[in-house]
Amino acid sequence: MTLTDVVIQQVITGLSNGLIISLVALGYTMVYGIIELINFAHGDLVMLGCFLALTVVGLCGFQPAVPGGLPWIAIGALLIVVPAFSAGANYAIDRFAYRPLRNAPKLTALVSAIGVSFILGNLGLFWGGVPMEVFGGGKAAAAPKDFPDLLGYHNLLGGSEIQLTTKDVLVFAITIPLMLGLTWFVTRTRLGTAMRACAQDPTAATLMGIDVNRVVSLTFSIGGALGGVASVVWCLYNNSFSFQMGYRVGIDAFTAAVLGGIGNLPGAVLGGLAIGLVRAFSDQWIATSWTNVLVFAVLIVVLIFRPNGILGARVREKV
Amino acid sequence: MIETVGTTPATGFVREPALPPAKPDHSLLVAGIILLVVILLPLSDGVLPNRMTIASQLPVIFAYAFCSLGLTVVTGFAGMLNLGVIAFMAIGVYAFAIVTCGIYPFQIGFWPGLVVATLCGAVAGVVLGLPTMRLRGDYLAIVTLGFGEITQDCLKNLEVVTKGTTGINPLPAPTIPLVSGAHGYLPAYYILLALLVLAVVMVHNLKRSRVGRAWLAIREDELAARSMGIRVARQKLAAFAVGAGLCAAGGALFAAVQRSSIEPGYYDFQGSVLVVASVVIGGLGSIRGALLGALLVFGFNGIVLSKLVELLPHNATATNVLLNPLNWKCLIYGLVLVLMMRYRPQGLLPEREAR
Repeated sequence: MTLTDVVIQQVITGLSNGLIISLVALGYTMVYGIIELINFAHGDLVMLGCFLALTVVGLCGFQPAVPGGLPWIAIGALLIVVPAFSAGANYAIDRFAYRPLRNAPKLTALVSAIGVSFILGNLGLFWGGVPMEVFGGGKAAAAPKDFPDLLGYHNLLGGSEIQLTTKDVLVFAITIPLMLGLTWFVTRTRLGTAMRACAQDPTAATLMGIDVNRVVSLTFSIGGALGGVASVVWCLYNNSFSFQMGYRVGIDAFTAAVLGGIGNLPGAVLGGLAIGLVRAFSDQWIATSWTNVLVFAVLIVVLIFRPNGILGARVREKV
Repeated sequence: MIETVGTTPATGFVREPALPPAKPDHSLLVAGIILLVVILLPLSDGVLPNRMTIASQLPVIFAYAFCSLGLTVVTGFAGMLNLGVIAFMAIGVYAFAIVTCGIYPFQIGFWPGLVVATLCGAVAGVVLGLPTMRLRGDYLAIVTLGFGEITQDCLKNLEVVTKGTTGINPLPAPTIPLVSGAHGYLPAYYILLALLVLAVVMVHNLKRSRVGRAWLAIREDELAARSMGIRVARQKLAAFAVGAGLCAAGGALFAAVQRSSIEPGYYDFQGSVLVVASVVIGGLGSIRGALLGALLVFGFNGIVLSKLVELLPHNATATNVLLNPLNWKCLIYGLVLVLMMRYRPQGLLPEREAR
C-alpha cells in the first residue's frame, strides 16, 4: 500500500468509528446542555445495549450472513428493540438517580452518576453470565463477547487495496440520516424548541409554560435511544464488546462533546469525527498503547485552553 | 437594637445574653477509646479462629486512609472534586519502589523513601494543579480523571522502569531504626497507625489554621473568598499539594506493606472511585468521616469480601458469576453512592458546623 492508500484507509476507519462516538457524544451533550450534568453512566448504557443486541440475536437465531448478503430483518429488529430499551433505561435512571438531586450541588449529581455507571457495569458482567450459547454458555462471564458477523465481508471498491466495506457504508447510512433527523427535530418542532428554551434558561422556560421535567425526561430518552443505535452499530461494526467497554466509549464520547463545545449538537458530531480520526492515525503511526493517552491529552488541553470547545465561541445556540 | 440581659453596667459595656450551657464535648474521649481498641486489636488474633483474624489486614486500610485524608483536604475542604486521586497514590508507590528496591541503584531505605514519595506526590499535585486552577467544578473532575488515566497508561507503557505486571519487588518493610527483631505484621501495624494518627492531627490542625479557613471559604463561595483578600489560586494549589502528598505517602506505605508495587493496572479508575466513595460515605469535609469511610469501604473490599471468597467453595465461585462475592463489588459501591447522594448527601458522620 502506498502512503496515500494508508491515509485514505485510516480516514475511512476513523470516520466510521468517529460516527459511532458522535452518536454517544450527542447523548452527553444534550443532557449537559439542559441540566449541566456529566451523565457518567451513558457509556455503560451503550455497553448494556450491546448485551441486549447479542441477546436478541441469540433468541431469534440470526446467523452470520453469506458474503454480500444483507440481513435486513435482523438489523431492523435490532434497531427497534435496542434503542427502545436504552431510551427507557436512560429515562428510568434519570427518574431515580438524577431528578431528586436537581437542586443539589452539581457534584452531588456527578457522584450519583458515577454510582449508576458502576451499577450498570456490574449488571453487564452479570448479563455476560447468562447461560445462552451466544454468551459462551455462561461460562466466562467477564470474557469479551463475539457478535456474529451479520453483514459479512464485502469490499465495495472491488479488488482495491483500500477497504470500504459494507460495514462502513452501513455506519454512514444509519448515523447520518439519524443526525439530520435530530437536527430537524431540535430546530423545527415544538418540542425541539422547548428543549432549546430549557437549555437557554430553565426558569424562563418554566415561566413560558414549558414543563421542564418533561423536557429533561425527553432529552434523556432521546439521548438513550441514540446510545442504543450506537450499541447496534458498534456490534455490527466491531463484532466484539465487553462489559468494560462503557468507560472507554464514554470517555471518548465525552471528549468529543467537550471538543465540539459541550451543549452544541453539530459540535458533538464534529468532535466525534475528530476523535475517531485521532484514534485511527495514532493507532497507525504512534502506537495503540499510547492512543488513550493522546485522547486524554486532547481532552485536558481543550478543557484548559478552550473550555467552550472548538466551535463554542462561534455557535451560541445550544440544546 | 441590642438586647440586654440584666442592667447595663455604668461602663457602658453591654453584657451578652447567656449562652445555653454547651453540650460537653466527648469527641476526644471517643477518639481515645477508639485508638485504644485499635492498639489492642492485634491481641484478638489469639482469640479468633485462624481464618477469621483481621488485624493483619488493617495496615493496608491504614494506608488507604491516607488517601481518604488527602481527598478530604482537596475535595472536602477546598471543594475540588478529584477523580484521579489514585494516580497520586500510584506516584507514591512507584517513587517509593524505585528509590528503595534492590534492583535500582538508590536503595535509600524505608523512611527516606517515604519522604521522597511524599514530596514526589506533592510536586505532582502542583503540576496538575497549576493549569487547572481556573476550571469549573465538573470540568476539573474530568481533567483529574484524565490525569489518573494518563498516569496509569504511562506506568503501563514504561515497562522498562515499572516492570509491568511483575511489579517492582521486594520492597523494604516499615521498620524503626535501632529496634529490630520484631516479626510478622506487627511493626508495620504500629508504624502505620502512629503515622496515621500523626496525619490526622496534622490535617485537623490544618483545617483550623489560616490556610484551612481559606480553603473552607473558597469551598463555600469562591467569589466572596476572593473579595475578602484570599489568594484563591495559591490556596487551591496548596490544597492540591497537601492532598497529593498525603495520597503519595499512603501509596508508599501501601507498597511497603505489600512489599511490592503490585502492577500499574491496579491503580485504575475504580480505585479512585473507592477513595471518593469512602470520603462521600463518611461525610465530605469531615475527618472522622474520612476515617470511618476508609474503614467501611476498604475494610469491606479487603476483609469482608476476601473472607467470603475464602469461605465459599472454589468451584461454585468459578462457574457461576453470581456466586462470587467479588463480582458484586461494583454493584454494591454504585448503589451505596446513588442512595447516599439521594438520602444522606452529608454522609454518616457529617462535618460539624464551623463555629
